[in-house]
Order: sequence, then structure tokens, then C-alpha cells
Amino acid sequence: MSFHLQREQQFKELEDFIDSVPEKTSSLITVLHKAQEIFGYLPEDVQKFVAVKLDQPIAEVNGVVTFYSYFTETPTGKHIINVCMGTACFVKGSAEILDEFERKLNIKVGETTPDGKYTLQVLRCVGACGLAPVVTVDDRVYGHFTKQMVGKTLEEYN
Amino acid sequence: MNRINSYEELQKINQENSEKLKMRTPSHEEELAVENKRCQRIITVCGGTGCQSSDSTKIMDCLKQEIEKEGLSDEVTVSITGCFGFCEKGPIVKINPDNTFYVHVTPADAREIVTEHLLNGRAVRRLLYEEPAVKQAVRRQDEMCFYKKQNRIALRNCGFINPEDITEFIGAKGYLALGKVLTTMSPDDVIKVITDSGLRGRGGGGYPTGKKWYFAKIKEADQKYIICNADEGDPGAFMDRSILEGDPNSVLEAMAIAGYSIGASKGYIYIRAEYPLAVNRIMIALNQARELGLLGNNILGTDFHFDVELKYGAGAFVCGEETALIHSIEGKRGEPTNKPPFPAESGLWEKPTCVNNVETLANVPAIILNGADWYSSIGTAGSKGTKVFALAGKINNVGLVEVPMGTTLREIIYDIGGGIKNGRKFKAVQTGGPSGGCIPAENLDLPIDYESLTAIGSMMGSGGMIVMDEDNCMVDIAKFYLEFTVEESCGKCTPCRIGNKRLLEILTRITNGNGTEDDLKTLKELGQIIKDTSLCGLGQTAPNPVLSTMKYFWNEYVAHVKEHRCPAGVCKTLVQFEITDKCIGCTKCAKNCPVSCISGDVKKKHLIHQDRCIKCGACYSSCPVNAIIKV
Repeated sequence: MSFHLQREQQFKELEDFIDSVPEKTSSLITVLHKAQEIFGYLPEDVQKFVAVKLDQPIAEVNGVVTFYSYFTETPTGKHIINVCMGTACFVKGSAEILDEFERKLNIKVGETTPDGKYTLQVLRCVGACGLAPVVTVDDRVYGHFTKQMVGKTLEEYN
Repeated sequence: MNRINSYEELQKINQENSEKLKMRTPSHEEELAVENKRCQRIITVCGGTGCQSSDSTKIMDCLKQEIEKEGLSDEVTVSITGCFGFCEKGPIVKINPDNTFYVHVTPADAREIVTEHLLNGRAVRRLLYEEPAVKQAVRRQDEMCFYKKQNRIALRNCGFINPEDITEFIGAKGYLALGKVLTTMSPDDVIKVITDSGLRGRGGGGYPTGKKWYFAKIKEADQKYIICNADEGDPGAFMDRSILEGDPNSVLEAMAIAGYSIGASKGYIYIRAEYPLAVNRIMIALNQARELGLLGNNILGTDFHFDVELKYGAGAFVCGEETALIHSIEGKRGEPTNKPPFPAESGLWEKPTCVNNVETLANVPAIILNGADWYSSIGTAGSKGTKVFALAGKINNVGLVEVPMGTTLREIIYDIGGGIKNGRKFKAVQTGGPSGGCIPAENLDLPIDYESLTAIGSMMGSGGMIVMDEDNCMVDIAKFYLEFTVEESCGKCTPCRIGNKRLLEILTRITNGNGTEDDLKTLKELGQIIKDTSLCGLGQTAPNPVLSTMKYFWNEYVAHVKEHRCPAGVCKTLVQFEITDKCIGCTKCAKNCPVSCISGDVKKKHLIHQDRCIKCGACYSSCPVNAIIKV
């Protein structure tokens, strides 16, 4: 499928979703969640599209996008690695694990590898503190993580 | 299932289903009667986030397969349940009526559980929990030290019923409180019971719940709202997630009760997008409750209408603050606004709104059914009932515990929590998340409630309890929390936006060894100013971790500033790694060093070249003979 056609379908999907929302005035965050699910991130044209469809100023849409850490304006890699930096994980050494990921991937937190394979992020507590320190890759949770597991985990997703 | 049209019908369904649940609360005689025998059994497997990420779904599948293979399908049922709270020992599997509690179960253990336990009636000893103090295997849950001192009210159904089956919830007296309220009590009666019970907000502030409902009730309006605050943002606290995953219906029931009391017909649950499993379980509960007419129009045949909608958070800690949360539901930036007006007068879309936390709500049905006197007989003078704490950090038994208010920290950390990991020394416990403070060993015998924690410079918060040992640097911990609040500050008011940033800069200087004595003075002054002048709870409490660590661990601050030394050996720039004479020349450290700054011949003492060392600690953790020290 050509990039252009795929993009068109994505916008169509978003439009259908917005049309199905009964209550437009308060649905901005709900719509942005859906948009990010469809596009993977929220580029300018998507934000503009949402603004027009919901009849809200683009500045307001952008204000919401940049306020919440869940929304991102830059594309993410194929796999998203999250190192939990909640307190329980932090006191059990998650900062060292993050260092190791940064070193192995040669990127800083928040960045994506040049090949578009991995994005490295931190999050604040997934609520699985019994497994601290925790790392998540996409939807999978890895508990009792150690620095030594970094290499092996990356290989799993290679 | 058919719609339930009256309180009587509901009571009938309760009776039918409570019979089915009886097997899960066996008497001692019933337990003994099944020893060494085959009989009807129920296996419950923990399906909380923690256990699920350790393969509990697969364990269930394997158990079912083995049971089928042995032809036991008519005899044994396998069911999912909510979090048992003993997350450290997960995945957990419980078998009734013989009351056997298995820990650290793996899919490979399914075979042995089926052959040994189900066919022969004998417990699999190696999967039982071993009480560390007496080194003895314990079979029954209520005999474990972890559970002995607990009183599970908010968590009453977690680890007991199947959260995805509303009939089990009804069997466990679910929705009976709602039925009682709708048919026999006026809104004022309900508010009186909740007020008399002494229930206070469990999300942090500790505001009396009855009072909150009262103010929302007396305000006249054509529409009012109930909001359940499930934006559990305190890192290290996970009780709300557990309740929503393990007992979602109790929250829905309580919201309907609250709606009836204040005159609201609409409720919202504002939940973190990071909790997919909880979202899923609420959706299931919502659909089942609607199908049975326990939500929607004319609930239980009365003229009361109430429905609930989910709204997702998007990763902003400040949205736990109620005015910010309300703006977020409205689809706006989650910035707080000045109070008054309080949400009870002007909240969501400027209508009277009552915002209650998940754990608070989970207590409500139990209070309605058992009475205000019952609830207020538990706890201390000012803080009634129980509180759920999330024990985490350097503690043996990580997990969720629910204890009466007034329990001491020592009981929680040592008796229930099993003490500090690896026999290390206790240094501090942090309560209240980024808004709370660090409590030192000298306060271990303090009975904890809202007032006592505030008096020593911390707070109850949502109930996170992070235990720290001698390897944690308290300045570094203060800095960690400040990094969090600086990142999460919404930027609306100056003291929080700029003040906390300055605090963080000073702390960074100190942990880098560049702090001065003036810095210590500024930290204190500025911290106090931020507390006094910030707009919302986030800013008003943000300096607490700094001020409380300065109060109780002043020496550590002084060591960083005057001696340029980090006593715990955490602050990297103040630490040097050195190889001692214990070195056996195994070359492991040199191989592991990412910057190749360790030299030495095989079987001879190695040397770290300090000028190139990045202090990553790889050598320190790789040395097999502990020859590398931090100085």
C-alpha cells in the first residue's frame, strides 16, 4: 500500500471515530488518544485536522497535546522501551538500568534509534511495584530487571 | 442474564450465589474433612497486573489442561481472581476448601498440583510459603504473618471473587448496600451514616467524605456529578489499581450510592491510561451492571437513574488534584484552579461535583451494610477505619496491606513486611509519595494516622510506603522527588514552577559536591516559601521530601557539603571505586568496564584509572570476591 493511500485511510478512520463521539465539547483528549493510536504520534497535520473537526482553535489542541506526557509530537520507533522510574523501582536501581539502555542503544532517553527500531522512554510507575525494578517493552512487562538483562531483552526484539 | 427489578430479586440472587462462594471460606472442620481426599474444589489464580506479567494466565491454562486430562473437570473449577496483595510471592494460586495458599507458582507446577493435590489431596509442600522467622511452611493464608494483622475492608473481595463475574460479586453481598439505600434510606440518612462512620478521603487530603457529600447535596442544581478519581499518580502506590482490577463493581456500587445521596445521575471514572487491565475490568463490570439494571434507568425498579462513563488520563500527575482532574475531563489542559469555589459548589461544567478516590469508595458499601458504629470502632480518635498501604522498596514482603489506622510503622514494616531485604539496616520509610516525607528509625513506633504523619513532616497521601536501607542516599532521594515534581508541575503558579526548579538546582549542586552552607540555608527558606504560596496541593507539598530529609538526615547534607562525601556511596561524582588487595586478578572487572579504564595482569591486582572512570559501577557489581570498594 502506498504511503499516501495509507495516510488517507488513517484520516478516514479518525474522522469516523470523531463522528461517532456523541459529545464534541469535552472529547478532545479522547480523540487525541485515538489519533495517537492510529498514527503512532500526533504530527501537526493531525492536530490541525482534529482542531477543525472539533471546531476548536489549533492553539488549544496543541496546548493539550503538549501538556500531557502521554501524547507525543515526534514519531516513535517500532518498539517502545519504558524503564519505570517510580520510587519503588528507583530505590532498587532503575537509574542504572536506564544508563545501560542508553549506552547499549547509544541514544538518550526520549530518543529513537536512527534505524527506527527502538524508542527509549521512562515512565512513572506501572503499579507492579512487587516486581521492581520494572521495564516494559511495548505491552509486555518485565519484572526484577537487572542491568545484565538489557542486552538479551534487546535481542528478543531485534 | 435478566434484569433485576427489585431489591427482593437482588437478595434472592445474592443467596443463590453466596452458596457457591461458601467453599472459599471453609470452616476448620471442612478443611480437615477433605485432607487426603478427592472432592469438589475451587482453584483461584491471581489475575492482577503483577501476577499476570509473571505468567498467571498461562498457569490457569495449564491447570485447566491437566484437570481435563485427569478427568477432573466436573470436580474442580479454575477461576481468575483479583490481587491477593502478596505481590512479592506471586504468582499466587489458592485452593479451597482445603485453604491452601501456593506461592511463586509457574506453569510447570500445574502437573504436580493436579496429581499431588487434586488427586491425592496432599499439599505440594515446595510451593507453600515459608515463614522466614520460624523457617516453617505455612499452608493457610490467615496463619501467615503477612495477613495476620491485616483487616481487609476495602480489599475484601480482592483475591476472593472473580472480578469479571458480577454474580460472584452479588454473592459476596455486592449491590446489597445500593439496594438497601434505594429502598430504605433517604439521601440524608446515607450522608449521616457516612459522616458518623468517620470515613475520610483516602487519596491524600483526608477530607471527611460525609461532609463532602453533604456540601454537594445542599447545593441546588439541575445536574450534579460523581467523579471517581482513579488517577493514581503517586509512584509506588498501587492500591487503586488493585481494587479496580480485583473488585471493580464495589466502586461502581459506591458511586451509585454517592449519586443517590447528592442527587447526581451521572458519574465519571477518571483513570490512568497506563492501567489497561483495570480499564478492561471496569468495562466488563460496567456492561454487566447495565445488563442487570444495576446501572442505568430505574435501578432495581426504583425511580433512581445513574450511569457511569470512563475518561482516560494522559500522563499528568497534577490531574490527581480535583480541580485539575475536572478540567481534564472537560477535555482541557489539566491545570488546577483556586478553591473556593469548591467542586461541591461548582465543579464539572460548573455543576456541583463530588470527587472521591477509589479506595474511599470501596469502603462505602461495607459501611452501609455494617453500620457507622462498626466502622468507627476501628482506628484512632481522628482517623477511623483501615488504610491500604503499598509496601515497596527494600522490604522482604512487597505488596498491598490493609491495616487499622493506628498501626505502628514497626508492625507494618517488620511484622507484616518481614523486615528489610538482605538483612540490611532500616534507614527511612517514605510515605505520601512526592508530597510526603521520609520518616527515620526513631519514629518506627509511631501509630500512624492522618494527624500523626503530618505532625512529623510527612503525610498519609495515597498510602505508598517506600522502605529505604543504608544504601540509599537521602539527598539523592530528595533530588529524585524534586525531579518528579519539577517535571510534573503544570507551570501555572510561579512558586511551584520556578521555586521547585531552584530547589532542584541546589540539590543537584550538592549531590555533585559543589554545594555550600548557604545553599542549605536557601533550601530551607525557599522550601517554606513554596509551601506557603503555591496554588494547589502539588506545589504546597512538593518541598516536603527535601524539608523532611533535612530535618532527620541533616548529617548527610552536611557530609555532602562540607566533606564532599556521600555517606551511602550513591552520588556518583562524590564516589571513587578502588580495587583492594583482596583482588584475585580474575580480569572480570576489566572485561566488564565499558570504557576500558581498568588495567592489570591475570592473577595480579588490577588498577582503576580514575581519570577515565565514568563511575558506572560495572566493576563493582561484577567482582566475584568483593574486592572493589566505594570510597
